[in-house]
Amino acid sequence: MKPAAFTYQRPTTLTQALAAYAAAPEAKVLAGGQSLIPLMSMRLTSVPELIDINGIEELSHIHVERGQGVRFGAIVRHAQLHAHAEAREVQPLLHAALSHVAHATIRNRGTTVGSIVHADASGEMPMIMSLLGGTLTVASVEGRREITAEDLFIGPLETSLQAGEIAVEAFVPALPARHGVAFDEIARRHGDYALCGVGAIVGLDADGAIEHVRAGYVSVSETPAVVDLTGCFPDGELTEQGLKDAAELALTHLEPEADIHASAEYRAQLARTLTTRVVAAAHADAGARANAEVTA
Amino acid sequence: MTTPGSTAEQTETIRLRVNGVTHEVDVPPRRLLSDALRHDLGLTGTHVGCEHGVCGACTILVDGQPTRACLMFAIAAQEYELTTVEGMTRPDGSLGPVQQAFKDCHGLQCGFCTPGFITTIEAGLEENPDPTPEEARDMISGNLCRCTGYQNIVKSVRRAAELKRENPTGEGAGQ
Ligand SMILES: Cc1cc2nc3c(=O)[nH]c(=O)nc-3n(C[C@H](O)[C@H](O)[C@H](O)COP(=O)(O)OP(=O)(O)OC[C@H]3O[C@@H](n4cnc5c(N)ncnc54)[C@H](O)[C@@H]3O)c2cc1C
Ligand code: FES
Ligand code: FES
Repeated sequence: MKPAAFTYQRPTTLTQALAAYAAAPEAKVLAGGQSLIPLMSMRLTSVPELIDINGIEELSHIHVERGQGVRFGAIVRHAQLHAHAEAREVQPLLHAALSHVAHATIRNRGTTVGSIVHADASGEMPMIMSLLGGTLTVASVEGRREITAEDLFIGPLETSLQAGEIAVEAFVPALPARHGVAFDEIARRHGDYALCGVGAIVGLDADGAIEHVRAGYVSVSETPAVVDLTGCFPDGELTEQGLKDAAELALTHLEPEADIHASAEYRAQLARTLTTRVVAAAHADAGARANAEVTA
Repeated sequence: MTTPGSTAEQTETIRLRVNGVTHEVDVPPRRLLSDALRHDLGLTGTHVGCEHGVCGACTILVDGQPTRACLMFAIAAQEYELTTVEGMTRPDGSLGPVQQAFKDCHGLQCGFCTPGFITTIEAGLEENPDPTPEEARDMISGNLCRCTGYQNIVKSVRRAAELKRENPTGEGAGQ
């Protein structure tokens, strides 16, 4: 349970880090280390060189743009983003899902951007990026580019980042008017990886009728899964039948698998139950927000 | 793989600030902070269970925040103020409030998990000085104990909060 030997660099500017990475494309980036260090200790990954980005002050920003969204740098810890009141206001789903990312102790060190780049479909943040249509900004010595969530997650634990590219910040759009969100998950112990987790966003029209419904899934697919459930509510109303249909429709897009923690059937059942619960909660949230917006 | 004859691994001299004292040690970059504390500095209060972040036995405070020492490299910990369970006593060396509470409430049996709980609760009470039983459970949900069944640890959290309120100046966070 000890990592193999590696060489270590701790640049203090992004320019230095990018140059170091360009010179050693086989190196890996060390952010919070809460996923990478266990993998190294268990020798599931071998890393000849580590580029530690924790000393790069310019990656520690959280910018909240009202009506736009939340932009956070690569060394912002889960705990910092979770505690950010303004970020929570602008995109409440971010806060709701972060509450379920690992234990508080892990959140003190792990970064949200690192979690996105780690691209674990059992992680909450890759799903949130997909569900909300977030983007990741990456940089290399060649320049910068933005990657949409859709183009980012290309396989299990695999992203479209190239060697030499460092993720510098992520952007999550604000919650639009007359929209509501909810998140829930079932884990063996709060803070453990979810057996199944669901996030949902519901949009209403000016008359309060459902305009669209989307749900994202954790731990029941190989890459972050998002399913459009709008068609299950044809009259714009939230009905029991609609919720049932939504749960069944979602399952056709998911691939729950068995492991030591849960059988595939149990995971499927959790996906059903959580879909009905979370979509209903997001719908109620949308109603409440729409009301508040009218009276405000 | 090292070549025959050159078994010595490349090391670097680093400085770690632990419980208010600066230590200088030579370590290879791959040295986990938990191992540096235990082996290089002889601070064996920090325990090591799983070495992949799950059990919480190695939890220490990094700039006051509970952090897994097994999930940091020592070389990357130089800029922080580190506090281990050895830094949890009162300034006169007597048991700190969280330690005292564990003693009062039988919050430990074998004691293996205890240092990780003490550090976690110390920081938890700084943030929330009067936790409900529910909040106390939440505070310790990232730490595993194989002996006590947790009931007495939850009681210890509440007792520690009481002791801290009674004697707020005799803080044991080592700062
Ligand atoms: C006990 C335990 C429980 C956990 N439970 C959960 C959970 O329930 N849900 C969850 O989502 N996560 C969980 N995690 C993982 C945690 O959220 C990690 O912090 C996160 O997945 C990775 O972030 P990090 O900053 O630690 O990244 P690191 O571990 O440093 O890096 C992870 C990977 O991403 C790469 N990387 C990181 N940052 C960048 C960057 N800026 N540019 C390019 N590449 C980069 C690294 O090279 C590495 O390959 C858990 C971890 C532990 C130890
Ligand atoms: S030894 Fe660090 S969490 Fe188990
Ligand atoms: S007292 Fe033995 S593991 Fe907790």
